[in-house]
Amino acid sequence: MNMLEKPTSGTVIIDGHDLNTLSPKELREVRKTATMIFQHFNLLMQKTVLKNVTFPLELVGTPKEEAKRRAIELLEIVGLPDKANAYPAHLSGGQKQRVAIARALATNPKVLLCDEATSSLDPMTTRQILELLKDINSRLGLTIVLITHEMGVIREICTKVAVIDGSKLVETGTVEQVFTRPKTASALRLFYSSDSAGVLGEGPTVRLVFEGTKAYEPILSGMINACHAPVSVLYGSIERIKGKAYGQLVIQLPADERAARLALEYLELSDVAVEGVGSNVDG
Amino acid sequence: MWTASFWSQMGVGLLETLYMTLVSTLIAYVIGLPLGVLLVVTDKDGLVPRPTLNKVLNVVVNLLRSVPFLILMIAVLPLSRLIFGTTLGSTATIVPLVISAAPFVGRVVESSLREVSPGVVEAAVSMGASPWQVITKVLLPESLPSLIVGAALSITTILGYSAMAGMLGGGGLGALAINYGYYRYMMDYMYIPLIILVIVVQIFQLIGNTLARAVDKRK
Repeated sequence: MNMLEKPTSGTVIIDGHDLNTLSPKELREVRKTATMIFQHFNLLMQKTVLKNVTFPLELVGTPKEEAKRRAIELLEIVGLPDKANAYPAHLSGGQKQRVAIARALATNPKVLLCDEATSSLDPMTTRQILELLKDINSRLGLTIVLITHEMGVIREICTKVAVIDGSKLVETGTVEQVFTRPKTASALRLFYSSDSAGVLGEGPTVRLVFEGTKAYEPILSGMINACHAPVSVLYGSIERIKGKAYGQLVIQLPADERAARLALEYLELSDVAVEGVGSNVDG
Repeated sequence: MWTASFWSQMGVGLLETLYMTLVSTLIAYVIGLPLGVLLVVTDKDGLVPRPTLNKVLNVVVNLLRSVPFLILMIAVLPLSRLIFGTTLGSTATIVPLVISAAPFVGRVVESSLREVSPGVVEAAVSMGASPWQVITKVLLPESLPSLIVGAALSITTILGYSAMAGMLGGGGLGALAINYGYYRYMMDYMYIPLIILVIVVQIFQLIGNTLARAVDKRK
């Protein structure tokens, strides 16, 4: 997205500049407004934490004293003021990523690209780094673009999401939309962390999504009463997206067609979002 | 062997050897360092891909590296005469030493620079660093410990070549060992220079390793 890799087709527009058409020199200027953090941190191992953070400022020729002041301020923001003179080799993964974030913020960028930034961190550290990103996002008001395969990360901090499958953009929308009502098979596949989708047996399978308080209503037993037939639950989960609870349930409807129709009618009446998953049900 | 003249010969020999080695290493680095950088950055996956230039450099380096030093020395005698007016003595030997050592140094520098993680280079580029900035502020500083170890390797190799140069009228300890020890069967002239050379190599290697450890912040 910042032309470290040249796109084979399409355009990248940051702040009104089409990056494809820029000269190398102009591109370097734009890169200072769209900085980046990486899965493996990519810190300069031979430089202290402070020098790592001042590095982008050194590139643009900021006076040493001013760069140092700015770096100390940034280390304060990322919570590492006491590590200024340490070398990256002595830091933990989470601390290294904090340094990388401070370094990425040094030039006051408008966009921060996070390339699998939490993928090599443990769950605890991942949370802390995400908290930090959220904090930076609201405090400094910069856009954060997050590339990840961890759905939890997206639920935690994103507002909009785009699903890419086979290097094609297949679906975009707000996180709530895409998570609760995925339109494409690729998106759907992502949100079934279990292999439930693979073990579908006889009979049509549907996915139910409950929002908020509906999760507390006895919908399933009501449905069984309505169709007088057994229903198996293949997969269920409750996810929290930005503080709001979403329940989802994958069930297998009775093989008997009439019973299945009754069940669907009941669900429709109770205003639960129903989607077909595996077989021939038009949700 | 325990005469003053013997030891003064050894002393002069040692100084000549050090002179040849250090001056040659210095000049070899003036050529080899940029050469090593070019070999890395013009690579097809490098910072400034120039595949044709890269191929040419690689061929030239391989050619020079495949010529045995003694043959090379004979081959460049005319060049030594052209530059220094003579083919004899320590100074004249610097010419073949440099020609032989520069490509070697280039390779050593190249392998050091390749140790720098591509991710770090990518990070610098993503911050808007120009190729020149990446070379001077990332590639060279990040590989400094390895470059120093490489320099110790280069010095000791060139020291070995300089001793060989004694065969063809070069100066130094190698010349003493060959002219007196080999041609006249004076065993002390054979073994004392050898011992001194071994000690000198040890010292260079020790300095190199100590320095490299001191500047290495990766552990």
